Amino acid sequence: MSRPPHRDYAGAKLGMWLFLFTELILFGGLFLLYAVYLARYPHEFAAAGREMHLAFGVANTVILITSSLLAAMAVTAVQRDDRRTTLALLGGTILCAAIFLVDKYLEWGAEIGRGIYPDSPRLAAGPPGESVFFSLYYLTTGLHGLHVLIGGALLAVVAARVKRGAIHPGDYVWLENGALYWHLVDLIWIFIFPLYYLVL
Amino acid sequence: MSMVERPATSSFWNDTGKTGIAAWIFSTDHKRIGLLYFYSVLGFFLVGVLLGLLLRIELMAPGRTIMGPQTYNALFTVHGVVMIFLFIIPGFPGAFGNLLMPIQIGARDVAFPRLNLLSWWLYMIGAATILTALFTGGGPPDTGWTFYVPFSARTGTNVSLAVLGVFIVGFSSILTGVNFVTTIHRLRAEGMTWGRLPLFVWSLYATAWVQILATPILGITLVLIIAERLLGTGLFDPGRGGDPLMYQHLFWIYSHPAVYIMILPAMGVVTEIIPVFSRKPIFGYKMIAFSSLAIAAAGSLVWGHHMYTSGMSDNAVLVFSFLTFIVAIPSAIKVFNWVSTLYKGSISLEAPMLFALSFILLFSIGGLAGLILGAAATDIHVHDTHFVVGHFHYVIFGGSGFAFLGAMHYWLPKFYGRRYAEKPAVVGWAMMFVGFNILYFSMMVLGMKGMPRRYYDYLPEFAPLNLASTIGSWILAAGLVLLLVNLFRGLFRGEPFGNNPWGGATLEWAIPTPPSTENFEQDPVVTHGPYDFKRAGMP
Ligand code: HEM
Repeated sequence: MSRPPHRDYAGAKLGMWLFLFTELILFGGLFLLYAVYLARYPHEFAAAGREMHLAFGVANTVILITSSLLAAMAVTAVQRDDRRTTLALLGGTILCAAIFLVDKYLEWGAEIGRGIYPDSPRLAAGPPGESVFFSLYYLTTGLHGLHVLIGGALLAVVAARVKRGAIHPGDYVWLENGALYWHLVDLIWIFIFPLYYLVL
Repeated sequence: MSMVERPATSSFWNDTGKTGIAAWIFSTDHKRIGLLYFYSVLGFFLVGVLLGLLLRIELMAPGRTIMGPQTYNALFTVHGVVMIFLFIIPGFPGAFGNLLMPIQIGARDVAFPRLNLLSWWLYMIGAATILTALFTGGGPPDTGWTFYVPFSARTGTNVSLAVLGVFIVGFSSILTGVNFVTTIHRLRAEGMTWGRLPLFVWSLYATAWVQILATPILGITLVLIIAERLLGTGLFDPGRGGDPLMYQHLFWIYSHPAVYIMILPAMGVVTEIIPVFSRKPIFGYKMIAFSSLAIAAAGSLVWGHHMYTSGMSDNAVLVFSFLTFIVAIPSAIKVFNWVSTLYKGSISLEAPMLFALSFILLFSIGGLAGLILGAAATDIHVHDTHFVVGHFHYVIFGGSGFAFLGAMHYWLPKFYGRRYAEKPAVVGWAMMFVGFNILYFSMMVLGMKGMPRRYYDYLPEFAPLNLASTIGSWILAAGLVLLLVNLFRGLFRGEPFGNNPWGGATLEWAIPTPPSTENFEQDPVVTHGPYDFKRAGMP
């Protein structure tokens, strides 16, 4: 007495959206701390913000926005039943994720090279507000980097399914949800970038 | 479990053709996952009870009785962590939500069955991590279940691993919430309008939203503790510009809504039991459904009432105090509706009903004590005393815990096809009820007299009431043992349990006992409300 397995696209997407909200709230805790400490240490935050390397931040912003575009195009491509283009676009997205992480590695390396990292002697000697700023910076970008990694891995799984033919114009909710997740990763960066690199 | 002989008809126990443990721990059937959750949380509940009894033995007399201060600190921490994160938060959604919610809305399963199984696995992995933390590193954490900084950032005990375990359990809770909201939106049977949802489902729906919206804050807070310990980020360390108060804010932004994860589904259970055993439709369906949502919403704004003495500004204290009183309103709405349902009902005092009625009484005592704590002026005097310990045990144990036991007696026979004996159940309930009040009422009085919480020792003048309290804990434990032995003996060997012996009108009572894997032969079409006993064919 087994009935056909049930498929519910609207349900699958609703679930994904709910999950994305939880991710936003996860980062929300860090943004909350940023707001509170910015109000308490406006001058120290401004001074610390000037130490940031704008070039790394700009590069990563461009990379992520491009990758989001590629992910969105992959969704269109699969609807047109163009498996090759879909795979190429997904590959491009994953490549962007990798470049993003390399860029982040170089940026962190540069900061650490200048003695800026949590609990470092240089920060301990400076005003407390700066140490708070950089701790938040490392935590927020670190958590975001982890999400880039997870998002990239998720898209790799999606690509494998496209290759196997499990994702096709009749059933591409996996790809859509993967792309949604990727857009979220992008979106969070769009908030991190001005807060840490621009407004201060 | 599968060794026991089941009724011959085909049911979810035997119609999958699979046997052995793998048929359980890899099953995506919501009923099997519900039972997995049930036995896991029950196991942790019993562990927690044992730890609680040990705490009480230590407090039986002043001075050192059976353990020193460090052991006591570790024990109340582990007791709190186990009871909160491994028993009561996953308990209702995981066990009874899974067992019943899909059936009550006329669905074959939840929206994401495999995600559901993943939730259970994550829960078990988190639990295993917490257990590992007790025996490795610097030993069991000794911070209290709240992990307050600065102590939690400095203590040498194994806080990081325990916190990681709680993080994983939290992730499992988020996934359950996502699953349940989607299920309730998408999988209701034809005719199952929002106005015909059983109120237990409504309460799970509100709970699921709290799980989704609040738990991520706990996640990030726990990550911050780990970062504080491992990386020395100093975000909560005043020496480095941080602010320990921010930790308390973040922690309670989750943990206060979390108490509604614990209590809302319990209220839902009570709302199912009362009309059935009063033979009367529920009074004020809409207000009960609405008050669940109102509690979930207002409850998200009152976290500050845990921090009156922490050094917040006086304005913040006043605002939080005011908001706290507002939460009392929807809670009271529910109590009045239950009592109005009882009015002129034809009440039958069977075991589930006894638990439901004692829930109303104990929850009201706990809730009124909560108002004493919610008023800033009185809270200053009883903050961090045994009054608080008494208060929250009245709410989470007398409330949620008793509702959990009531749900076990009301619903488990449906899934086992056999029932427990009535008399021992009533005796067990009576012992628990009496023991409970001796145990925790004494604590509230002690708190009023000034006995602080979280100390293994106390002044000699507190001795008589502490002894009474400890004796109460033994009566309660004896009742619990009797109750559980009787229940499980009955489930495996007791009298057969028909399809609808209680006379309920929700959908689970319209299908065979035990249910089949698919729940319904054909997708049901719902034509009447959940408490419309007449149209469900009951006299
Ligand atoms: C036989 C049952 C129980 C007994 C004897 C018991 C006893 C106790 C005692 C003596 C304390 C510590 C008091 C102190 O601060 O020194 C305590 C704390 C606590 N109990 Fe229970 N309890 C029981 C059941 C429960 C249940 C069912 C729950 C929740 C569902 C629970 C949740 C807690 C929590 C959260 C704490 C606070 C731990 C902390 O301070 O960090 N207990 N209990």
